[in-house]
Amino acid sequence: MNRHEKAKNFKQVNHSVTKIDALQLALGKDSYVADFVPNDALIVKMLWSPHAHARIKKLDVSKAEKMPGVKAVLWYGNVPRIAHCTAGQGFPEPSPYDTFMFDKKVRFVGDRVAAVAAETEEQALAALEVIKVEYELLKPVFTLDEAMAPGAPVIHDEAEAHVPIPIPYEPKKNLVAHVACEAGSFEKGLKEADFTFDQTFETPYAQHCPIEPYTSLAQIAPSGRIHITTSTQVPFHCRRIVAKTLDVPVQKIRVVKPRIGGGFGCKQEVLLDDVTAMFALRTGRACLWQFNREETFRTGRTRHPFRIRLKAGVKKDGTITAIDMEAINNTGAYGGHGLTVVSCAGSKVLPLYHCENIKFDGKSYYTNLPVGGAYRGFGATQAFFAMESLMDQMAEAIGMDPMKFRQINHIREGEGSPIFAALGEGREGTPMTVGSNALAECIVQGAEAIGWEKRRDWRGKTGRYRRGIGMACLMQGSSIPDIDMGAASIKINDDGSFNLLVGATDLGTGSDTVLAQIAAEELETATAKMIVYSSDTDLTPFDVGAYASSTTYLSGEAVRKAAADAKRQILATGAEMLGLPVDQVFCEDSAVRSKDDKHKVTYGDIAKYSLYQKNQYQIMGTASHITKKSPPPFAAHYAEIEVDTWTGFIKVLNYVSTIDCGTAVNPALAEGQTEGGTLNGISYALTEEYLFDEKGRMQNASFADYHIYSMRDRPPLKTILVPSYEETGPFGAKSVSEICINGAAPVFANALYNATGARLREFPLTPEKVLKAIQAVEVKK
Amino acid sequence: MTKTTHTVSFTLNGEKKTFGTRPDEKLLALLRREGYRGTKYGCGQGTCGACTVLLDGRATYACLLYAMQAEGREVRTIESAGTFDNPSVFQKELVAAGAVQCGYCIPGMVMSATALMETEKVLEDEIVKEYMDGNLCRCTGYEKIWVALRKTLDRQAAAPAKKPAAKSKSSAKGGKK
Repeated sequence: MNRHEKAKNFKQVNHSVTKIDALQLALGKDSYVADFVPNDALIVKMLWSPHAHARIKKLDVSKAEKMPGVKAVLWYGNVPRIAHCTAGQGFPEPSPYDTFMFDKKVRFVGDRVAAVAAETEEQALAALEVIKVEYELLKPVFTLDEAMAPGAPVIHDEAEAHVPIPIPYEPKKNLVAHVACEAGSFEKGLKEADFTFDQTFETPYAQHCPIEPYTSLAQIAPSGRIHITTSTQVPFHCRRIVAKTLDVPVQKIRVVKPRIGGGFGCKQEVLLDDVTAMFALRTGRACLWQFNREETFRTGRTRHPFRIRLKAGVKKDGTITAIDMEAINNTGAYGGHGLTVVSCAGSKVLPLYHCENIKFDGKSYYTNLPVGGAYRGFGATQAFFAMESLMDQMAEAIGMDPMKFRQINHIREGEGSPIFAALGEGREGTPMTVGSNALAECIVQGAEAIGWEKRRDWRGKTGRYRRGIGMACLMQGSSIPDIDMGAASIKINDDGSFNLLVGATDLGTGSDTVLAQIAAEELETATAKMIVYSSDTDLTPFDVGAYASSTTYLSGEAVRKAAADAKRQILATGAEMLGLPVDQVFCEDSAVRSKDDKHKVTYGDIAKYSLYQKNQYQIMGTASHITKKSPPPFAAHYAEIEVDTWTGFIKVLNYVSTIDCGTAVNPALAEGQTEGGTLNGISYALTEEYLFDEKGRMQNASFADYHIYSMRDRPPLKTILVPSYEETGPFGAKSVSEICINGAAPVFANALYNATGARLREFPLTPEKVLKAIQAVEVKK
Repeated sequence: MTKTTHTVSFTLNGEKKTFGTRPDEKLLALLRREGYRGTKYGCGQGTCGACTVLLDGRATYACLLYAMQAEGREVRTIESAGTFDNPSVFQKELVAAGAVQCGYCIPGMVMSATALMETEKVLEDEIVKEYMDGNLCRCTGYEKIWVALRKTLDRQAAAPAKKPAAKSKSSAKGGKK
């Protein structure tokens, strides 16, 4: 029996149980932050910097303070000046403390200048109009080359900017982070190669575009504590960061995450809550701040643009002898995720293929553009575009089918990579061998679904419309090993139902349901018996939050352990009620049964007995989980496209997204994750980008001008879950959410080449770029 | 709180209502402050569809419409579509298909689909996409929403002719389901 055959015997896990909040959301019941706003809440509005780089010479808010309805104005003159980091990460963060609630300097178009809280939105906006600001314009930095140039304007020249842990950080050079490692000898490996490559790739800005914009509501509870309800992926980090920024004790703050309208990483950031909390403290009133869509684009977090130089060598037999990746990201005006995103460009990509000589050099630079943050895929998205584009070129150089080239080179079960040990997040990584790995099967099933055998060399293709097939292989991780922690507690109620309390943050993924299934499986009961509550810093145990593909794998194992703890107590009480030794009873179908199967007591009976009748106590389990491993999910993506060689338009005929996520705890939700992430990747690869004017202002801050795919744009998409069994995960599970977004850009670049011979090393693959590239090929012919 | 200077009267989910408002207030803002919070704010630019309501049976962005433009007309919101005990067929199919991830776009999707089902007789894929094109979702890739919608439509098409006729009749009266 294959190990993953085990999963077929599960009763709750590996079943497409109905998502527990689905009907509530489909009915439109109050669920999200903005649904809980009292009618008398003050409305917060921010005056944003119109300049990319400037010093505020004079700021006069006196008129605004006297405007009708205005209850408070915040600006650098009346708030604490405390350097902090807005990125929701472990503590201390591997990121610079380079942000202040308000500062005398603005560093990008969309940076904070001053905020108003007023009775109505109109009054708040009117007050912003009368705030007087005099700026001293500074020379802006818009490109990586400008940022790196000797004598470049220093974006963070404030004395307080520092990193809380010993990692390279040189703000005087605009350098946010630098991480490097080498395994074997790249130079030696390159000499052994029959063919060598040296290419540079560029990837664009993008925004997550959750349909619910960032929203934060702060109120003062009758106890005097600050109660923040916010659209966050990281409630516990939010509490810690707000406490630091406002200089109030953590104890004084409660953060509640209700249902979240999507995040994809952008809500792993504390961008609003310090302001709403400060206004609540100043006014004693409920204060609501919701970004509009333009603000979400300009000031919200983005995907870091990357420049990646990839050098590699390959032998005629298909051995990859050397890889050198130089990855530089533009982290924009603040450095929150600069280091970790560039580290993941190496750590989540380079282990995928066998190579004894690997070198990685990652850097992150400030510019005066919008701020990079966590975005599903987290650096791997950008680096896989380079890596998988080069894989096709190496295969072509040695005359090998690109699928076969990947098949002979990809990492296998039981194998490690020096990169796992060398590259962590702000420190060395954790050595690891790959446990579950069904990539080989993903490649085969995907190839069959797309019809790989009909793929032909581009040189034989003629006519206006030319078809091409491309592929890419992918991996990611499951949580940050040895850093991330998730915890859960579970208690029984009178009727045998359970409260499952988790800090893990369902932001629309369905993780509450997945965690309920895991608890129910362990407890031998039904998922419907679980009442899940996530997340509330007063009531639920700690969890780092929803990021790094950690919830199912890490928080899921915490839930399983907590459920096992409760199960031990249930068994003990059940045995006591049956008058049997504990080793003579077992749990099945919500009851404790005698081994001879003649007697049973239900969980409801056990709960009532233990709560009301004899030797009373609360049956309650609690557990935490950390891990030394971050088992990668694997995926192979394929697409067939049709290129209009007259216009450069790419039509996606078919897209196949395979994934090995271990046991799919909830196959329908795992498919949903894969489908959503894949389409987001497709949209990113073909249309999404930030367009800036010469002053660094984003020109397309709306869904009208920044197109994300609609139902009509959706190409035929086939998702294939390929099972494996990850021994270290809850019931064999590893992660599913991020990996699927990484495929489309390299798949389309490879398919475009296969259709036309045009190789693009940047995207989105807009008709303009594609047409130019095709024309260049025609000229060469 | 918005100080009101005018009133507006319209039929909301089948009931005649009068609300205080101001000429510059959008219908979305009025609905939400009056407790009809199933209608969501997503962009305020008439591009994402999270605020979709039915205005005289047509799918309309409530974030662009001034409240006073609803005067004398018939407005339906997600609150009219279904309840826990009696969800609409499409709502049931969405739940069954696993199509509700973050769920923020779903009420708007339900309203656009309602307009589609009440208006069109021929429910070919291209027409369906035309109706649904104004509702963006970033979570699902639309796959499972599509599956749920197609099932709902196919079921409606297969149902005896009486039912849809009765439905459109009641909607003409005020949209009570």
